[in-house]
Amino acid sequence: MNSTSTAATLLAASGLGKRYRRRWALSGCTLEIPAGRVVGLVGPNGAGKTTLLHLAAGLIAPTTGTVEVLGGPPGGGPVQLGRVGFVAEDTPVYQGLSVAGHLRMAGYLNPRWDGDIAQRRIAQLGIDPRQRAGRLSGGQRAQLALTLAVAKRPDLLILDEPVASLDPLARREFLRSVTGTVAGHGTSVVLSSHLVADLELICDYLVVLVASRIRLAGDIAALLAAERRRTGQPVRLDDLVIASMSETGDAR
Amino acid sequence: MIRFTWLQFRAQAAVVAGVLALLAVAAAGPLHRDDGSLRLWLGVLVLVAPGLIGMFWGAPLVAREFEDGTFRLAWTQSVTRIRWMAVKLAVTGLASMAAAGLLSLIVTWWSGPLDRAAMNQFATFDQRGIAPIGYAAFSFTLGVLAGALIRRTLPAMFVTLAVFVAARVTEFSWLRPRLLHPVLLRLALNPRSTGYGQQGTLSVLFGSPTLMPNPPDLPNTWITSLTIVNARGDGLTTGELNSACPGIGQGGGGGGGLSHTRAPQAVVNRMQDCVARIGTTYHEAVTYQPAGHYWPLQWYELAIFLGAALALAGACLWRIRRA
Repeated sequence: MNSTSTAATLLAASGLGKRYRRRWALSGCTLEIPAGRVVGLVGPNGAGKTTLLHLAAGLIAPTTGTVEVLGGPPGGGPVQLGRVGFVAEDTPVYQGLSVAGHLRMAGYLNPRWDGDIAQRRIAQLGIDPRQRAGRLSGGQRAQLALTLAVAKRPDLLILDEPVASLDPLARREFLRSVTGTVAGHGTSVVLSSHLVADLELICDYLVVLVASRIRLAGDIAALLAAERRRTGQPVRLDDLVIASMSETGDAR
Repeated sequence: MIRFTWLQFRAQAAVVAGVLALLAVAAAGPLHRDDGSLRLWLGVLVLVAPGLIGMFWGAPLVAREFEDGTFRLAWTQSVTRIRWMAVKLAVTGLASMAAAGLLSLIVTWWSGPLDRAAMNQFATFDQRGIAPIGYAAFSFTLGVLAGALIRRTLPAMFVTLAVFVAARVTEFSWLRPRLLHPVLLRLALNPRSTGYGQQGTLSVLFGSPTLMPNPPDLPNTWITSLTIVNARGDGLTTGELNSACPGIGQGGGGGGGLSHTRAPQAVVNRMQDCVARIGTTYHEAVTYQPAGHYWPLQWYELAIFLGAALALAGACLWRIRRA
């Protein structure tokens, strides 16, 4: 494995690939992201964002290459699982279980669980703890899923398209609550979206994924500065992303 | 993890516990034993309960997690998914066995006097005693594995039921008679109780009619075979029968107690003469499991299905690790 991969590395991937039957969902992915960053993973639908995040969360195993998260194999054991908070796409919850039931469940399953944080968040959001999770609105369900992930006090929070199903106002509110909860804890964040505007709001590191391959990866300020030097004029992040997406081949 | 499993499972467990408690109270009080059909229906309940457990507790256990996408929530908590699966299997599996065991206990106790009067304990073998505990464990783990492989609840439920029924039918019709050595009984052919015909519906298509002795009266035993053989052990062929008794089966009716319409006396005499002639070289060979084999067979049955359940549970763990 990558010799520079340590606990100070958020994610280190080398030649990482995942194949489903005949289709490669992700291939030749080599990445090294330092810890403590808020990483935006952007790319069109079907580019392999969910595959990369599932690999990082240990939900699936790679077909080729290796991946380490916070210096350990994803899903390698209870300690590693406890260090990573994961909010899956469409924010799944148990339909028949109440909000309070979900908090109890997470309390049972996570040794680092902070019940006060969780209850305070649910109260601030105005969600009735007795409500069944199946009857929550999309925004409330996303907030419940985020609460479950945040209150286990992870070192890394992974969010897969957390705002895709939310309206613009709820989107902004949700993203702000992500930064609000991780601020001051040194928690790293990786979140994916197919909209650059979502990521621009809170991210300081960018990874662009197109057709199962990495097109662009780096510190957002550094990427913008380099592009400004190259073109001689100020550039916007979405122009940079669109330019990298429309490049042909694996030029980078 | 145990507390979490219980948190999710307790509502279903409470419903089943309530039904069992009601049944126990009813069995101790108002359910009178003078109704023979009630004994039948309670037996059917014990018979189908393991299948229902596999369909409704086993199959959805993993399939629903995939269907609703909640596996992504469950498997990203600080518990490895192997442990998640192992605890789910253990807690819900033990509950399945307890439910089937209690149901069987209630029905076995309630039917006791009727069963003793019926003197045919092997007829209700699968509906009494400890065997249903094994069936439930097997059906449950089968359901979990089907759900883990198919990942859709409804198809997994039907596959569970189909495989469970196939396994049970194979077991009781093929394996169970071979588990313990049967007792062999040789009897002379009795002209007054031996008929002529075919047994079973399908044998009309495939077999040809032959002599049919009445089974001997052996209370509480299980007669597994009844044949007509000679001293060397060869069976009676159609050719030998027809040459010894030309015109057999013609003229209506039979000689034994099987016929409802009375045959003409001449035909009855001809038939009885025929059986007597055959009886000089052939005899009736009966194999049966004696009454004392009932409990050893119950234990065998429990062990076989528990062993199969453990193997299936292992397959579930293996499957979940690779999922």
